[in-house]
Amino acid sequence: MATDILMPALSPTMEEGKLAKWLKKEGDSVKSGDVLAEIETDKATMEVEAIDEGILAKILVEEGSEGVKVNTPIAIIAGEGEDVSAAASGGGRKPNGAGEPQPAPTPDMKAEGQAEKTASASKTSDDAPRAPAAPAVITNKAPAPVMEEYPSGTEMVTISVREALRDAMAEEMRSDDSVFVMGEEVAEYQGAYKITQGLLQEFGARRVVDTPITEHGFAGIAVGAAFTGLRPIVEFMTFNFAMQAIDHIINSAAKTLYMSGGQLGCPIVFRGPNGAAARVGAQHSHDYSAWYSNVPGLKVIAPYTAADAKGLLKAAIRDPNPVIFLENEILYGQTFPVPKLDDFVVPIGKAKVHRTGKDVTIVSFSIGMTYALKAAQALAEEGIEAEVIDLRTLRPMDTDTVVESVKKTGRCITVEEGFPQSGIGAEIVARLMVEAFDFLDAPVLRITGKDVPMPYAANLEKLALPNVAEVVEAAKAVCYR
Amino acid sequence: MDAANEAGHAKAEAGKAARESAPDHAPAPNTPQFTKDEDLHAYHEMLLIRRFEEKAGQLYGMGLIGGFCHLYIGQEAVVIGMQMASVEGDQVITGYRDHGHMLACGMDAKGVMAELTGRRGGYSRGKGGSMHMFSREKQFFGGHGIVGAQVSLGTGLGFADAYRKNGKVSLTYMGDGAANQGQVYESFNMAQLWKLPVVYVIENNRYAMGTSVARASAQTDFSKRGISFGIPGEQVDGMDVRTVREAANRAIEHARSGEGPYILEMQTYRYRGHSMSDPAKYRTKDEVSKMRDEHDPIEMVRKRLIEAHGVPEAELKATDAKVREIVNDAAEFATHDPEPDPSELWTDILLEARA
Repeated sequence: MATDILMPALSPTMEEGKLAKWLKKEGDSVKSGDVLAEIETDKATMEVEAIDEGILAKILVEEGSEGVKVNTPIAIIAGEGEDVSAAASGGGRKPNGAGEPQPAPTPDMKAEGQAEKTASASKTSDDAPRAPAAPAVITNKAPAPVMEEYPSGTEMVTISVREALRDAMAEEMRSDDSVFVMGEEVAEYQGAYKITQGLLQEFGARRVVDTPITEHGFAGIAVGAAFTGLRPIVEFMTFNFAMQAIDHIINSAAKTLYMSGGQLGCPIVFRGPNGAAARVGAQHSHDYSAWYSNVPGLKVIAPYTAADAKGLLKAAIRDPNPVIFLENEILYGQTFPVPKLDDFVVPIGKAKVHRTGKDVTIVSFSIGMTYALKAAQALAEEGIEAEVIDLRTLRPMDTDTVVESVKKTGRCITVEEGFPQSGIGAEIVARLMVEAFDFLDAPVLRITGKDVPMPYAANLEKLALPNVAEVVEAAKAVCYR
Repeated sequence: MDAANEAGHAKAEAGKAARESAPDHAPAPNTPQFTKDEDLHAYHEMLLIRRFEEKAGQLYGMGLIGGFCHLYIGQEAVVIGMQMASVEGDQVITGYRDHGHMLACGMDAKGVMAELTGRRGGYSRGKGGSMHMFSREKQFFGGHGIVGAQVSLGTGLGFADAYRKNGKVSLTYMGDGAANQGQVYESFNMAQLWKLPVVYVIENNRYAMGTSVARASAQTDFSKRGISFGIPGEQVDGMDVRTVREAANRAIEHARSGEGPYILEMQTYRYRGHSMSDPAKYRTKDEVSKMRDEHDPIEMVRKRLIEAHGVPEAELKATDAKVREIVNDAAEFATHDPEPDPSELWTDILLEARA
């Protein structure tokens, strides 16, 4: 199908510009990355790149034209094997820019407002203007296959996140005597959430250490032990309690390698449930993802599936650096297929495309993925194909995978349970501004927990957390539907 | 006040009175004696710290050392006496007043001074500074700027020793100020619960920054701070390197034999301010000069060497000259060594994961 090249915007406030120069002429074949044209405003110039292959079938706006409105079609690209002259005459073209271009929403646009607007627009006409295309071309490429970290055909077993975490620890403890686990109720009680079930029986009290209720103290003891080369796994009954220990996590564990000029590493894992469980109130429901992801010297992991929980925890235990491993209590009991391999390790720092799609990118992690995936399903029923990216690691953050997706979809929303200000979503937005600005067709919207301490009442708690409807609305809003 | 506290209070007061009424610092009849070689060793080691710190103070005044700089002058007998009782492989960890501990551990004066001046030849390649230096080779684990943090960390060093059953002991130092931090008692509890080989050395120099012990501590006898956990403790004359070593022997032997932790309250005194920018309004000049004149740990050894061991003054002067040379070389190095390469900004943040 032929696609229009639209006049891109160089900034959120740009309304029109000059088409300074065409670098390709009609009949030229173009491929991804080719510079097609140069455009100018009073502030800047920019190259318009092709992001897919095809033939430049027709130039609609001559070079030197001034006052070209943003989103005006400036050229037509014929797809591979397509009749160029038919494409040039507009046959089979997407009615892209047939009407007035949608105004770019303002950054502080409310998702609800936009959703209402687009909903009413789509009621009036099925031929309502389509969302503006990406600055260069709309890709018609088939979605990239989801990459897995294990060979195809690997036998899968269905286990819970809880079992996956336990298996990861047990496997690493079997292969390395310097690995031990310590925390409250990890041994005789078998784990407050049964994550360490059976470890005491297999490894004994030397390596499965029940501590008093003394987070600050035992976190410091574990960090001191890690300075000598032991590999402690510190379980916090919840990361809310790690607030008592955060000085050792940040000041002692994260900074000492740097402050020692590289002499003193700290191979330690701090793990436990993070964020809201259910009906436990504000002091037991905090999501610390953004906090820890702020700190150089740490790695921060927040898995969603059992396979990632297992593979990433094994990687975390082997990592020579302090790793914050953020689990989620609600996910503990959920089951997922996990590859049946002797040593399944997932690399730290790689996001995963959990579901492919072409219309909008949804970026999430941990339990946020449950909203994202349900929303993607609902959106698919309405004809919107969402690509869902599971960050898995929050630091170092795999921006490339997100940017690649946004280059394809031109739209992005983020989903997390944490607070909005300075959150993971805010970080994604900032990075996309720098790394994918020219590919965005709408502001990136964030779905987050509400900016309030977690309430106890069931109805209020529900309101405080994100929900699938909010994700669907936001996705539609950025698609202008 | 209950009986136990009253008794403790009385003992502490008695100890204080004894120190203050003994201008000659005449040794009690049971004061342990050093051989001539031991005294010579202690003299050299303590003098090195004293001269090093004086030089650091000078360089700070010249603007060559930045930030905070906490000098150990006056407290030298504590760390030297402790080191004389420890063996190779025992770990040392302390707070921010750490220069003396590093020198006592055998770390190179040049590397320490160059870290103070923020140069590439410093122990942390210029990225740590006065409060953050380490030497894995010398088993010195810092150098920690958060008051009290080193106590939990040092307990963790002892945990690792017990885990490995390697027979080593963690010497964990803190000041009288740090001794009021909550994590100290969390650590005491676990150390005794798990019988960890840790000797807690509380360097009571009477002032936590500008707040005297009496104004900050409900229990001013720090040797009793472990009583509720069953940790033995004793007050030690921290100005006499001999009493320090003797107490250290007891404490280290206790910890090494699997009996668990031990607390030593070292009664000492810092001559200089808390840091270089201390207005010193909280104590009188007379108090400081009285300590310097009557209880100086180095002068006591010097006097002993001459009077009891018959060491000629000339030999001590040769030692003085040798120490000055070490310190001058260190200062020379630390003022001429280049600053870290700008690329160092981005190194040592994370280690590469093993394959």
